[in-house]
Amino acid sequence: MKKILTSLALLGLVFAGTAAIAAEEAHNAAAPTHFPIDEPKEMDWSFAGPFGTYDKAQLQRGLKVYKEVCAACHSMNLVAFRTLEDLGYSEAQVKALAAEYTINDGPNDAGDMFDRPGKPSDHFPAPFPNEEAAASANGGAAPPDMSLLAKARGVERGFPRFVFDIFTQYAQGGPDYIHSLLTGYDETPPAGMVIPEGTHYNPYFLSGVSLKMPKPLSDGQVTYDDGSPQTVDQYSRDVSAFLMWAAEPHLEDRKKTGFRVLVFLLLFGALVYLTKRKVWAGVAH
Amino acid sequence: MSEGHSTYTPKTGIERWFDARMPLPRLVYDSFVAYPVPRNLNYAWTFGGILSIMLVAQILTGIVLAMHYTADSVLAFDSVEKIMRDVNSGWLLRYLHSNGASFFFVAVYIHIFRGLYYGSYKAPRELLWILGCIIYLLMMATGFMGYVLPWGQMSFWGATVITGFFSAIPLVGDWIQQLLLGGFAVDNPTLNRFFALHYLLPFMIAGVVVLHVWALHVVGQSNPTGIEVKSKTDTVAFTPYATIKDAFGMIVFLFFFAYFVFYLPNYLGHPDNYTVANPLKTPAHIVPEWYFLPFYAILRAITFNVGPINSKLGGVLCMFGAIVMLFLVPWLDTSKVRSAVYRPWYKLFFWLFVADAILLGWLGSQPAEGSYVFMAQMATLFYFAFFLVALPVLGLIETPRRLPNSITEAVLEKNKGGGHHPAGATAAPETKG
Amino acid sequence: MSATEIHDPNRRDFLYVATGMAAVVGAGAVAWPFIDQMRPDASTLALASVEVDVASLTPGMSLVVKWRGKPVVVRNRTEQEMKDGEAVNLADLKDPIARNENLPADAPATDANRTTPGKEAWMVMVQVCTHLGCIPLGQEGEFGGWFCPCHGSVYDTAGRIRKGPAPENMLVPVFQFISDTKIRIG
Repeated sequence: MKKILTSLALLGLVFAGTAAIAAEEAHNAAAPTHFPIDEPKEMDWSFAGPFGTYDKAQLQRGLKVYKEVCAACHSMNLVAFRTLEDLGYSEAQVKALAAEYTINDGPNDAGDMFDRPGKPSDHFPAPFPNEEAAASANGGAAPPDMSLLAKARGVERGFPRFVFDIFTQYAQGGPDYIHSLLTGYDETPPAGMVIPEGTHYNPYFLSGVSLKMPKPLSDGQVTYDDGSPQTVDQYSRDVSAFLMWAAEPHLEDRKKTGFRVLVFLLLFGALVYLTKRKVWAGVAH
Repeated sequence: MSEGHSTYTPKTGIERWFDARMPLPRLVYDSFVAYPVPRNLNYAWTFGGILSIMLVAQILTGIVLAMHYTADSVLAFDSVEKIMRDVNSGWLLRYLHSNGASFFFVAVYIHIFRGLYYGSYKAPRELLWILGCIIYLLMMATGFMGYVLPWGQMSFWGATVITGFFSAIPLVGDWIQQLLLGGFAVDNPTLNRFFALHYLLPFMIAGVVVLHVWALHVVGQSNPTGIEVKSKTDTVAFTPYATIKDAFGMIVFLFFFAYFVFYLPNYLGHPDNYTVANPLKTPAHIVPEWYFLPFYAILRAITFNVGPINSKLGGVLCMFGAIVMLFLVPWLDTSKVRSAVYRPWYKLFFWLFVADAILLGWLGSQPAEGSYVFMAQMATLFYFAFFLVALPVLGLIETPRRLPNSITEAVLEKNKGGGHHPAGATAAPETKG
Repeated sequence: MSATEIHDPNRRDFLYVATGMAAVVGAGAVAWPFIDQMRPDASTLALASVEVDVASLTPGMSLVVKWRGKPVVVRNRTEQEMKDGEAVNLADLKDPIARNENLPADAPATDANRTTPGKEAWMVMVQVCTHLGCIPLGQEGEFGGWFCPCHGSVYDTAGRIRKGPAPENMLVPVFQFISDTKIRIG
């Protein structure tokens, strides 16, 4: 056991050493080679940790931000209206919410496609008919679908943080990234940095110095009914939490089940250990 | 199967009826109840049992996932998301299966390192070891093809890169790659055949596992001292002694497994696999699943041509060579002594090798640039030197520590200072009333 | 470990039993998700009710909608069909139970009980033969109702089994008129 620990410690030193050397190699503020330039800010999320749960009021605000801002360009194909009951809405509210949307359905008896109001079993309709249309309307870069965005984005944590993450259960890389990106537009690029035309500098962007999406949120843009501050920071927190829910709707269920499973394994393990001691009592080994 | 004579005596009429027609109860009794195991096995020996429950768990979760999955390049990604969102307990089954693959490999790596440390591959267990290597190869193929099925970006580009290995073969490489893909690039035919094979291979693994266990029961288990069983006092009956110890090992292992499934289900995965495959856009930084990373580092470490062998072919050869080394271990090790416990120099090199393998894994996850490439080259050199130099040379020059005469003697020596057990208890295990 | 523990048979037995029980509980809990996943999933259940616009159906016309993967016939019956249905003596019926999910399970199979009050002209019925699941043909057979070509079951104008191997009347699903021209099934 001592040997294992010693070799692990040695290994840790080697990792830290090589990582430091590699970081040293190319460091030029105006022409960075590794992205993001700034690491995502770690926020407090209600759904973090072993007993984390979603804040329903926050999810409802996040849905509002999505509907009024993001949905103009971003689809959310995998999310059905019926699942919005998770956000604390009643069946009737979900039905009314779905009916606000127009769904293209068909063909009818005459063979034609037709428009009808949305039903709870429908999914959020996409703002563009296909990816090509989305790309051409947005300067060549199709806005990504948002259903899984909070799990599809994450900045590599590096050594030794990826080890600590196991114990702290850090699994909020996605929402941290989205929040940082949404609030990171106001920073000025370092002198001498070349920002390609039609793009916007953002030091938190995962794959370059700038991205096609302009700053999407501004203070007071969305009206909140529950008295929460109507700031970019609050909007982006809320929409990030909402996107986490959209990507992982069964998170609460998962953590709750997990706690029960671990407690059971602990008790069962103790019983089996005692049984094992009884069985082996009197047998030197 | 083991001792050549069976101690099974059918008690009831039904048992006698069965025994005369198909002696399955006798087989089970002889293999899993009366089968003698060395009394000094430590918890490293529970990983064989852990691996068998992981195989069963993967097959079971896999079968139910296949009831909901659609192997079609247009529908696959959404069908996985339907499992995650709509299917009852679908998220649980899917996370069990994806993390189960990782923990299967955790267990198999501990199992392999245990074999290397205690010299479990030495005569007469060469065939047992090679069957294990075949299982490991089949596991790698299964794991790789399973990772393609969700049809995310990493699935697609991982499949592209790994099938690209075959294009390195001179003359027929491109032909073989197209044969594997069923096209010029990874596409629907590839996904369909990978699904079919991903469903088939676990059953082939189960078949080789039967051979592995058969071979084990012929030669008997090795043990931490590496001394063969000499008398009845060296062993205990498989049931209840080994079964209860295995059960405890399994529960501890399942605890760690459950921790990841329920609290960090995506920790061992990659965010890019939550973006649907796009054949026109490669992710910035492709990495395979963590359990392939050491081999991936070796593949990328070869950045230079050697004579007629270009760097691409060289990398592929080194990578496959790294696995071939495992097959050769029984003949590369020249030592007369099995266990590292009595081999101070081998013990040092073994731990250096473990550290090297972990280092290679970490390097495989880093971008192949700057000092990482040189590090990977050095680590690759050490990897091969361990097998091709350390194993044969150490066996010839090393002076091993004094070996006890028998397992029983080793156990008595170990317990002498401790005083945990009364002296009388060190005799053969007796049935307690 | 003390010597008294080793020689106390009751305590040992208790430990073995408790461990065995825990193993059984664990195995049961593990088995559940594997069974649970077979049940209809959330997207299937979301489609458990459909709304049908029946404004265009004049007497003597039917339409068929798919509900839970099965055909449901909505028929605006003619005067004659209703009269035929009402004229049947309950004692002549092979299955005297209404088989109407909107009514108690033992309601008699009168013509009225096969429909909904105030809308007696309308038959809403799962058009699946109660014999082995084929789809009977409408307005055929000697009773002017439905006829199943698979094994020759004959139903009357109220969908009640009159002849042949089928044991029960065709099922009337849960439905209601949410307006004069709209029916919600399920």
